[in-house]
Amino acid sequence: MRWVAVLGVFLLLLFAGCTGKSGESPQAAGEAAGEITINGAGASFPYPLIAKWSYEYYKLTGVKINYQSIGSGGGIKQTMAKTVDFGASDAPLKEEEYRRMPGILHIPETLGAVVVVYNIPGVEAKLRLTGEVIADIFLGKITRWNDPRIAELNPGVELPDEQIVVVHRSDGSGTTFVFSDYLSAVSPEWREKVGKGKSLKWPLGLGGKGNEGVAGLVKQNPYSIGYVELAYAVENRLSYALIKNREGNFVEPGIESVAAAAAGAVASLPRGDESWAGVSIVNAPGENAYPISSFTYLLVYRDLSVIPGMTERKAKALVDFLWWAIHDGQKYAPELHYAPLPEEVVKLNEETIKLITYQGKPLL
Amino acid sequence: MRSRVSSLPFFRGISPDTLFQIFLGSIAVLSVLVLAALLLRELIVGAMPALSAYGVEFLFSAEWNPVLSEFGALPFIYGTIVSSLLALLIGVPLSLGIAVFLTEIAPAKVRAVLSPVIELLAAIPSVIIGLWGIFVLAPFVREHIAPLLMEHLGFLPLFRGPAYGYSVLTAGIVLAIMITPIISSVSREALLAVPRLQKEGALALGATRFEAVTGVVLPYARGAIFGAVMLGLGRAIGETMAVTMVIGNSPQLFTSLLHPGYTMAAVIANEFTEATDDIYLAALIEIGLVLFAISMVVNIIARAITWRYLRVQGGS
Repeated sequence: MRWVAVLGVFLLLLFAGCTGKSGESPQAAGEAAGEITINGAGASFPYPLIAKWSYEYYKLTGVKINYQSIGSGGGIKQTMAKTVDFGASDAPLKEEEYRRMPGILHIPETLGAVVVVYNIPGVEAKLRLTGEVIADIFLGKITRWNDPRIAELNPGVELPDEQIVVVHRSDGSGTTFVFSDYLSAVSPEWREKVGKGKSLKWPLGLGGKGNEGVAGLVKQNPYSIGYVELAYAVENRLSYALIKNREGNFVEPGIESVAAAAAGAVASLPRGDESWAGVSIVNAPGENAYPISSFTYLLVYRDLSVIPGMTERKAKALVDFLWWAIHDGQKYAPELHYAPLPEEVVKLNEETIKLITYQGKPLL
Repeated sequence: MRSRVSSLPFFRGISPDTLFQIFLGSIAVLSVLVLAALLLRELIVGAMPALSAYGVEFLFSAEWNPVLSEFGALPFIYGTIVSSLLALLIGVPLSLGIAVFLTEIAPAKVRAVLSPVIELLAAIPSVIIGLWGIFVLAPFVREHIAPLLMEHLGFLPLFRGPAYGYSVLTAGIVLAIMITPIISSVSREALLAVPRLQKEGALALGATRFEAVTGVVLPYARGAIFGAVMLGLGRAIGETMAVTMVIGNSPQLFTSLLHPGYTMAAVIANEFTEATDDIYLAALIEIGLVLFAISMVVNIIARAITWRYLRVQGGS
């Protein structure tokens, strides 16, 4: 009797395994049932927004968007290998990656910001910091909170004579990329000694894994400073600094100030089918622009028939989804602490999406 | 039995017993050796770009700069070795104490309760231990253990501040907790296998209990105990999650145990997902290869020593 039970369980598992498999290759099974599944993979930063889109879009159209947040690196690799229908990355493709993926399009789908968080017992006021001061703190040149360079930015704030504990991300991340991109833009010394990247050779400090790791280290270590995504800082009520922008204003991070940064940078953006390597909206011009802001990108091939298993119907569905995401989809951004795309960027994306074809045939 | 031979054409003349042995043997060989070989091959192929770009320098360079594609594994190798040895330093005496207590001193009832509880410790997922490390151990180290060490042993470079709580010492303590169940339960089995007569002989000669344990029981079981320690070391070297969460993840050649460090397993876990450059990815895979090699060497040494002890015992 026991054997029968074991065998039964085994068969059940086998069966479950089979159905699980067919879920992974929806082209065959889904298509027959009239259902379309679009697969994407990449950055974890926009995941909450894409998950929201996928939920809303399924209710609206019955098209499934299956997005795996495996990290930008994995997203770029899978897009290069053409195993997913679209990829997502926090940083634009590098020149070399762009060359190795002929026909790839960049579609900035939302905006994020990195905020500088700190834990100074006894200090209630919001600190004011400049890029140069932040760079020097993370370079280990400013080591105490009552350093005159911090004090002169914050008149009236009682800064303690304590050593600054520097906290950074230990895992490779788009957040680090944006933060170091900004520091490279404002501090020649940072650019030369450290540079920008998803992982860095940090001159000093503790490494925490993920936004939650950095936030945990900052919360636990008095007199510490770190950086996390805007959404993370807001939801967890961390103290964060106002940052001096290009126009000399100290700006609070928020959806409006991030959108202002994107609007300020829009004139210098390339077309969707050009290389975006080096595109950055950190330290963007604009009265109210928050300087540590960034786009995050969807990566789509210009001719979708290069992806194995792609059908014209599915290609059309993907293009419709992209169109929806940059228009109606934007209204879901603020509640998740992403900034909606400014009008100019939506226009740019419209041009890009119109370029997408299936076997040379336009889809819109 | 000999008369029963297979009637299958290919195996004609082979007894079912032999056939069965060949069958089992080939499964063992195929699954273990082939898997290991495939793994090794995959690691070597993946690491090839880094192997050819950096050569032996990779092992001795302390520079880890993904921005400039400069990769050296030394801080990670160093951090792995130091944190693992620290774990042994704390964990082995503790484990042996537990094992001796359970076999020699504890009443049967206590033993019956305590042994499974200790083995249960081994079943706690490492991420849970890591969380405990973040919320309980790291603050405790920062506020209590580190100041104590700095005050009394601060003259040694090993215990110089500043102390953040996230340090090699914290990682060592977490690892010690994780390897204690393994080492203590295997050592307990080894101590139980010591013949009663050996110990009773010592006691009859007037030895105290302490002398009997240290002079007779432990030496008799030392081969198996050494094996248990190596088993624990193997786990400590490869442990990823819990260490990543408390070690501070800073690739430096630290001298103070109160400073943050980094391990091989931790850097792979941290940086693999966002490693977009080919050479960067290859460097991470090469770290995996080094980790694989070190684990193999530790295990081979453990085998060799265990066998030697066993042979000595067999001969005596």
